[in-house]
Amino acid sequence: METQAFLVQQIVNALFLGSIYALIALGYTMVYGIIQLINFAHGEMFTAGSFIGLIVLGALQRMGFVESHFVLSMFVVFAMAMAYVAFLGVAIEHVAYKPLRRASRLSALLSALGMSIFLSNGMMLSQGVSDRAYPPVLGTGGIHVLGARITYGQIFIVAFAVALMVGLNLFVKKTKLGKAMRATAQNRRMAGLLGINIDKTIRTTFVIGPALGAAAGVMVGMYYGSVRFDMGFIPGIKAFAAAVLGGIGNITGAMVGGMLIGMVEVLWAAFLPSEWKDVTAFIVLILVLYFRPTGILGERVIEERV
Amino acid sequence: MNENGPAKAVLQLNEVHTYYGRIHALKGISCRIPSGGIVCLIGANGAGKSTTLMTICGVQPAAKGEILFEGRPIHRMRPEQIASLGISQVPEGRQIFPLMTTLENLEMGAYLRKDRDGIKRDLEKVYSLFPVLKERRNQLGGTLSGGEQQMLAIARALMSRPRLLLLDEPSLGLAPLLVERIFDTIQEINRAGTPIFLVEQNAQMALSISGWGYVMETGRIVLADRARALLEDEQVKKAYLGE
Amino acid sequence: MVRREIQRFCIYTLFLTILVLPMVGMRGPEFEARRAFTVLSVLVGVLLLTTVFRLLRETSFYRNLGQRIRQRRDRALGKIQVLPRPVALGSLFFLLALFPFAANNYVIDVAITVLIYVTLGLGLNVVVGLAGLLDLGYIAFYAVGAYTYSLLNLHYGIPFWFALPFGVVIGSLCGCIIGYPTLKMRGDYLAIVTLGFGEIIRLVLNNWDNLTKGPNGLLGMDKPKLILPSFSDGGLSWTVVPLKSLPSLYFVILAVALLTVIAVHRLNNSRIGRAWIAIREDETAAELTGIPTTLLKLLAYALGAVFAAVAGAFFAAKLSYTNPNFFVFLESCVVLSIVVLGGMGSIPGIILGALALIAIPELFRELASYRMLAFGGAMTVMMVLKPEGFIPATRRKRELHEEELESEEAADE
Ligand SMILES: Nc1ncnc2c1ncn2[C@@H]1O[C@H](COP(=O)(O)OP(=O)(O)OP(=O)(O)O)[C@@H](O)[C@H]1O
Ligand SMILES: [Mg+2]
Repeated sequence: METQAFLVQQIVNALFLGSIYALIALGYTMVYGIIQLINFAHGEMFTAGSFIGLIVLGALQRMGFVESHFVLSMFVVFAMAMAYVAFLGVAIEHVAYKPLRRASRLSALLSALGMSIFLSNGMMLSQGVSDRAYPPVLGTGGIHVLGARITYGQIFIVAFAVALMVGLNLFVKKTKLGKAMRATAQNRRMAGLLGINIDKTIRTTFVIGPALGAAAGVMVGMYYGSVRFDMGFIPGIKAFAAAVLGGIGNITGAMVGGMLIGMVEVLWAAFLPSEWKDVTAFIVLILVLYFRPTGILGERVIEERV
Repeated sequence: MNENGPAKAVLQLNEVHTYYGRIHALKGISCRIPSGGIVCLIGANGAGKSTTLMTICGVQPAAKGEILFEGRPIHRMRPEQIASLGISQVPEGRQIFPLMTTLENLEMGAYLRKDRDGIKRDLEKVYSLFPVLKERRNQLGGTLSGGEQQMLAIARALMSRPRLLLLDEPSLGLAPLLVERIFDTIQEINRAGTPIFLVEQNAQMALSISGWGYVMETGRIVLADRARALLEDEQVKKAYLGE
Repeated sequence: MVRREIQRFCIYTLFLTILVLPMVGMRGPEFEARRAFTVLSVLVGVLLLTTVFRLLRETSFYRNLGQRIRQRRDRALGKIQVLPRPVALGSLFFLLALFPFAANNYVIDVAITVLIYVTLGLGLNVVVGLAGLLDLGYIAFYAVGAYTYSLLNLHYGIPFWFALPFGVVIGSLCGCIIGYPTLKMRGDYLAIVTLGFGEIIRLVLNNWDNLTKGPNGLLGMDKPKLILPSFSDGGLSWTVVPLKSLPSLYFVILAVALLTVIAVHRLNNSRIGRAWIAIREDETAAELTGIPTTLLKLLAYALGAVFAAVAGAFFAAKLSYTNPNFFVFLESCVVLSIVVLGGMGSIPGIILGALALIAIPELFRELASYRMLAFGGAMTVMMVLKPEGFIPATRRKRELHEEELESEEAADE
């Protein structure tokens, strides 16, 4: 009984953490797919989302709005955070990446690193160096499943993350803009010849990816109860590892990779010394890449070097 | 050079220069495509034929000179704007979207169109032109054979209902029988009213279906004449027809 | 033109407003209007200046001015190049050798740091610039060098110069260990894997308390010693001089950096160097022409690691202290930016890059908290303005040039 409850609990934890990594990894993979750039500033977008979530949530709570209209205020918090970070993503793409589209990939990579350093220090200066507490809005209520306690907060977050991923899949597979995005990722020049506005498509990617990262940021803030200017770094590189693990550029791969990294990390933390848990993502990554150099679901082969 | 090009042009290039960085790829190209006709452009490897097409489509914009499409200057426009005017290109090497199905590839061809019924009808039309594409409609583009990909590339270009079709070496790497079929199809498309600008290595074949031909060498047009006259031209025979 | 610039300005201002006001203004429950609007107005001011600049650039006055400045500069540069190379290099040596006698300790300290980073940059250049292998965990080898010396010295009392070979061997071993699993991977996969290795090494140093004392770090290593002849008591005798003063340390690291420069310069023009470049340009083709790519890639990692390990050992000896926080990812970024900003593969570029990235931020020490902000921003701006770096490697220039010439020739046939 005990072990069963423990297992269920760990599975829930893994699902939660995996969803977070998957959401962040999607941003890396989409951007990589379309402009072959590792967007190092993505971890900072996650943090920015978390901060904006905190700001909006705090304001709503002071107005007493959260108690009266819980669902609506959740919606507002996520929407505002995602919108803000989408703006941030578009701005960064325009300033730091667009001028480098024809330059070497290393230049663009350094530009991204510069943006990452700039943003994390900017947030440190504007929001402070120390942990900032998130209002505990998710509550402690929950249900018991097979002896394990699952809070409503966990259910809400996992459900919302899954909904976002399903939505993204539908968007990419079914809508015109989504198909344009895939076409641009696969062959940019041809997409242009067919009348697809490349700049607009890339900008769309920089709306969606960062917005998903922002959602993950708000979720982490609500779940763990605090935000910090540098909290994006570790989840950022783990999510990046997840994206590579799944096969970078591959959207399904990012989800699979995220879940896998989340799962391994939870298992490790449950049974092995937890101060080493940050190593697990990399060990899994290196092992998988050693045996499958193109990731689990294979890499989208882009021969054309831009 | 024969300056009396064909009359009433859909497309006209005047003294067009294009650079890749500092490499001067087009050094003052002038040519005309008549409405309703087939014009071909032949020349050795690296002459700048593909560059000419990419310049027309705005992918590698002209640095100097002008390009008029139906009388409108288009040389300052971006590729998607030019595409929306009705210029459609089947680029060198097919450029199929490898991770999209045949059907999705065809849909991308109709990206700029809003008329759903028209798209559906055109889909049936290209399927009847290339029945094999219908069989393969749910197969990923990257897994099609070379010939199927070439057909798909042409079909995709047709899906936009082009007012001008640019073809870059449609016969490259295809079996002789298939080459003939592709050329038949090109003529069929042209008979239905679409003017065609055809770039080819297979000069014999290209000239035989064209009304007018241009010969290009290292960034310049060195010969322009009726296709029939070019077929008889001693220089052309020696250099491009292998006689 | 003017209308488009004004439109641009308005849109950018809107974006800045949206991005700045909530993040800067809402630190607590109240909206701090003064703070937020101060930051915003500074940013909009910068934006306004660039807009004005962009408009001015189009005017004929400015264009003429630009041309005149360029002519002057070319003339000035021409004069410098008139100096024969040995003379130029000789005077440079002279200046470098005299430098500690003219500078105070703080400046010498900065110079030592710059030289350490020159060594690191040149080492990473072997991996990234020559062999084209992206390495985001390079600083780990620096850590390996630092910890190898520290542990050997603290536990076994091994002096610096005897510990150095161990550092070199262990560093190159680590290079091979990290290199080996990544051999099959290409391009960007390397980035995350090397980053991961870098983090693993840092975490090991951080968590292995028994050996490394964890986050507290290791303290009290000996400084390097030199054996110098002395004539003080009449006859010749040898004395062991510990290099305690900064100037003496400066000379040692100067020698290390110079040796690195010479080594990398020779590598650049060696058969191995050319093979690396072939791998960088097209690995499959290189493999097909019979270049042992696997071996050479491992060699690149190992050699790069050796330079970093030497720099690391020196760094630990200089401070007599080391801890895992010296070796964070940011440091790898700094070294990589030195390589790329300087102009991939060019030795003068890397030296200039190290000066720019290490010495200039030192000037703004007081503004500590804004320093990294500016560093990040400058990195992006630099890349956007000069993606090929300050001084692009001559080989690349030549390559480009040849291509041009060939096509010209072809065209004129
Ligand atoms: N992306 C590019 N960057 C630099 N130079 C290029 C590029 N594309 C083409 N060139 C150069 O421009 C010239 C013309 O090339 P283009 O592709 O137009 O030739 P082509 O006539 O189509 O040849 P082919 O028959 O082999 O297809 C060549 O010298 C080529 O090397
Ligand atoms: Mg061509």
